[in-house]
Amino acid sequence: MFLHPTLRLVPDNTKIRFMRGRFLGILVSAVLSTASVVLFFYPGLNLGIDFKGGIVIQARTPKPVDFATLRASFAAAGLAEVGLQRVGAANEVMISLESQATDKATDAAVQRIGAALEKAAPGSKILGTSAVGPTVSAELLRKGLLAVGLSLAMILVYIWFRFEWEFAIGAVVTLLLDMTKTIGFLVVTRLPFDLVMVAAILTILGYSTNDKVVVYDRMRENLRKYKSMPLRELIDLSINETLSRTVGTSSTVFLAALPLALFGGATLSAFAWTMMFGIIVGTSSSIFIAAPILLFLGEQRLRQDARVVRPTKARKKPT
Amino acid sequence: MMFFSRAKMALILGICALGVLLSLPNLMSAPAAWLPWRHVRLGLDLKGGSYLLLQVDMASVIHEQLTNTLDGIRTTLIKDGVGYHSLAVDRVHQRVLVTPREPGDEAALLAALRKMVAGQVAPGGTPELAVAPLPDGQVAVALSTEALTARANSAMQQSIEIVRRRIDGTGVVDPEIARQGTNQIMVQLPGISDPNRIKSLLGRTAHLTFHLIDQTANPAAGGPPPPGDEFLPMQDQPTAKLAVRQFVAVDGGNLTDAEAGQDPQTGQWVVNFTFDSVGAREFGDVTRQNVGRPFAIVLDNQVISAPVIREPILGGRGQISGNFSAQSATDLALLLRAGALPAPLNVVEQQSVGPELGADAIRAGTISLAVGFVLVILFMGLFYGLFGWLADIALILNLIILMAILSLLQATLTLPGMAGILLTLGMAVDANILINERIREETRLGQRPLAAMEAGFRRAYGTIIDSNATTLLAHVMLFIFGSGPVRGFAITITLGIISTLFTATLVARLLMARWYVAIRPAALPV
Repeated sequence: MFLHPTLRLVPDNTKIRFMRGRFLGILVSAVLSTASVVLFFYPGLNLGIDFKGGIVIQARTPKPVDFATLRASFAAAGLAEVGLQRVGAANEVMISLESQATDKATDAAVQRIGAALEKAAPGSKILGTSAVGPTVSAELLRKGLLAVGLSLAMILVYIWFRFEWEFAIGAVVTLLLDMTKTIGFLVVTRLPFDLVMVAAILTILGYSTNDKVVVYDRMRENLRKYKSMPLRELIDLSINETLSRTVGTSSTVFLAALPLALFGGATLSAFAWTMMFGIIVGTSSSIFIAAPILLFLGEQRLRQDARVVRPTKARKKPT
Repeated sequence: MMFFSRAKMALILGICALGVLLSLPNLMSAPAAWLPWRHVRLGLDLKGGSYLLLQVDMASVIHEQLTNTLDGIRTTLIKDGVGYHSLAVDRVHQRVLVTPREPGDEAALLAALRKMVAGQVAPGGTPELAVAPLPDGQVAVALSTEALTARANSAMQQSIEIVRRRIDGTGVVDPEIARQGTNQIMVQLPGISDPNRIKSLLGRTAHLTFHLIDQTANPAAGGPPPPGDEFLPMQDQPTAKLAVRQFVAVDGGNLTDAEAGQDPQTGQWVVNFTFDSVGAREFGDVTRQNVGRPFAIVLDNQVISAPVIREPILGGRGQISGNFSAQSATDLALLLRAGALPAPLNVVEQQSVGPELGADAIRAGTISLAVGFVLVILFMGLFYGLFGWLADIALILNLIILMAILSLLQATLTLPGMAGILLTLGMAVDANILINERIREETRLGQRPLAAMEAGFRRAYGTIIDSNATTLLAHVMLFIFGSGPVRGFAITITLGIISTLFTATLVARLLMARWYVAIRPAALPV
């Protein structure tokens, strides 16, 4: 009984004219991305301690946390700017401190927090500590940005080699738009931007590229197959043909990320929510941004090119 | 595409079987000790432990080198009879500044310094020092780039060695110590969730020296110390200072052994030490010449104790007493045995995870992985029917083979790494979706079953390669530039892509081909 597909995602032979919505798509995208860029500058990302430096200590006190006493004890130890937050159980507390001026001061502050905690709530247990000094945070930020930048560059080169340059430009511009929206999402949700988020952004970039490559692949194939079809119709056709796959893959990745968001704990759930946002953005941008860009860039050239290039390409085995 | 030779089939099945075998160690303990039983290593965020990133204070290495250079310049200038007004180390620009006595003496000064520098060549033939006249008449002597690199390198190597010895001395099981970049040392301490003792052990250079005491000077009187002396604080009462001769009578580098013990008479904790032959001779000479006078035992510019020499100590064995507890005596002995660090170390990053948080993380990761896996499997089965279920078999093999590769490479599995596995599985079925959609399309166009399957695989192949290649690029970048647990994410995704390319295409294709041969269906269930 399960031999045949039980459910269907997308009906066969859809003929949605996506390119009709191209201006609306680009407009919405432009507005969202502009808003994101504005948000990036004000109020800005909520940098995690990886990139900003600072201390986060998770501790368990023998009795339910008495915030007033704790606060007083930290103030007495010269740590008035310490942030206290209840996590999970009533006797668990998250102690955080902003970045200190030097690596030495950061390390010393870790010791002082431990001492002040022991004084306020004797018998407390430190469950986990994370402290990043200014040297490392600056380095991590630099490397994180480098990883994102180089990835984009390599994706550009890869697509350029495998397709035409119009495809590469279309993909990378779209990826940049995807990325700005993801950053806007992080600003709005106040999710901490740390190394794990860089991993999320890179995964989104990878996923989004993947999605564009599939649609582009089909366009390339159709360019060869339908020699006289206008590019606009051809793009619509290609998107419709791959629609079922696009929805299928985004669903499975979404289903994989969902449990991480629900059960993965603080770090992974922030990662997973961002991923899910990115999947939605990345999937819709393939259709509404990457394809129209290709239409604008390639209206003349791709068709001509297809005619000029065809003899050489025809000799190659179809991919 | 749908035909598999016997050899090819055997190879594919062989790889799958090997994957199952190699992933077994993760589920059970070794049945026999001689078996190579490799399993995935858990990262510190999962099994608990501490991660410390230490930075060698290179400025102090260079400063020490410049101080030595300054001494050399002084000796040379005095020997050559060249006058100078002052000599000083410029900390900011990391150089020694020589001021001529009179304006007009620059030329002679410069010539003398140039001659001195020409005689000092670093291994490799490049000069150790560089001399440059400054516009204001001073002459700057700086270390050459080659010399700086060489110094930094040797300081790093020495530091890593000492750090290793100190940590080994504490009995931590399986510590990992590695160089990172030009001036950092990464230390991983599995199972140590409170790294304070180790931090305090690593936070001391532990440079032990023995000095004579200048009994004529009085630090309490104020004013600068007399030439050749320095005022050093006592360890147990930092406000009290002693006038200690700068000249190092015996250096702790000559120690061969140090042990904590209890003084049989007083019951106090002490550190017993033994010198090597050079140290024993020097120590013997000093103590013989200074019977009845106090001498200072100095550790990192603090006087631990200043006992009076009662009799010459000739056997090369001595004792340090100084208000020790059992712990502090043991730690000092450990530090002395391990040797002094060439420069102070600063903790620039630390992460500690207690066993409870680690267990929480494992639980969270496992639950997410299980739920996500089931969701993806159900999705494929429900939406793609038989070919979906076959893809699911390939997906399960994918997970097994991925675990096998991780075990074989002894890669570290972190919490983000577990997320990476789940996302790999979610994205792996993309290949099957591409293939199945294509087969569906070809069937709709009226292709016969075998031709449709054939075309489905052939056409989807290029797309699968393209889409996986771009994901791979992004994660290789993350692996290169990321650090800590995030690298674990990049590792699982990268290796996951490799196992995906194998299972989602080859294994799934083999399963579908065997199904076709067995059934010979008139129509495909798509």
